Amino acid sequence: MTTIDRADRALIEATQAGLPIVPRPFAAIAERIASTETEVIARFRELERRGFVRRIAAAPNHYALGMTANGMSVWDVEDARVSELGRRVGALSFVTHCYERPRALPVWPYNLFAMVHGATRTEVEEKRALIAGLLADACRASDILYSTRILKKTGMRLSPSGG
Amino acid sequence: MPRAPHAVTITLDALDRRIINRLQDGLPLTSEPFADVAAELGASQAEILERTERLLDSGVLTRFGPFFDAAAMGGAFCLCAMAVPTERFDAVAAIVNAFDEVAHNYERTHALNMWFVLATETEAGIERTARAIESETGLRVLLFPKLEEFFIGFRVAA
Repeated sequence: MTTIDRADRALIEATQAGLPIVPRPFAAIAERIASTETEVIARFRELERRGFVRRIAAAPNHYALGMTANGMSVWDVEDARVSELGRRVGALSFVTHCYERPRALPVWPYNLFAMVHGATRTEVEEKRALIAGLLADACRASDILYSTRILKKTGMRLSPSGG
Repeated sequence: MPRAPHAVTITLDALDRRIINRLQDGLPLTSEPFADVAAELGASQAEILERTERLLDSGVLTRFGPFFDAAAMGGAFCLCAMAVPTERFDAVAAIVNAFDEVAHNYERTHALNMWFVLATETEAGIERTARAIESETGLRVLLFPKLEEFFIGFRVAA
């Protein structure tokens, strides 16, 4: 990670666990890393501009919001149309992640992946049908993989050494 | 640390739901960002702070902070899948999870029944780690790197 400097790294390390929920959170962070509120805001702005920070926001617990079913829907979409159609699938409100990935033939013919969340599997299936309708004849085959167990989940971490 | 998910027992009212929806969109980079959000939602800053804290404590929100794009910062990510024989599933999961490079790992309903994400400092690290997992498990690791991201919606409507 050579593209961020020491001050950026200090800022990331000070905030990766979360932002303080106080009236002036950037001032509170600045105090921890011997910086100033203006400097912290400017650095975040620059990190956002460079795409290193996407946004400062809340991560919801899908389960707590009643979204207990989640399925990875996968689609075999005509290569020539996958970008155009992928954008439309990604824009659907119930799709949280949408990617084009390579196929692994013959076992895996699918090149478009869209995560679909819902309160029940029935609801997820209804949403999957909406995607199928949108892809129409550009899609040759599809499947949906439900997660049955989380085996490991760790967030992104920068190693303190900078390695 | 992201806060541990608890059993959620609180009832969400309309303002809670608007706060959850609004805070998923991103905080303005201003001196008093919660005051700005409060003004948008027609609430007081104190209300926004108190409710956000409560939503975090109760596990409705798992985290509030910057979303980093580690790939943009030079790291590499790759979704991987394996077809693991049922009788070896737990043993293989233990081997796979022991790799620090494995960030998430899910059991899924398919012949390819183990899906995990590798996160490494370099692109070369992905291939190297996948081959190491293959040699320790004797199973093939399929790599599904993202070719294009259609990133528009990330919100969960509360």
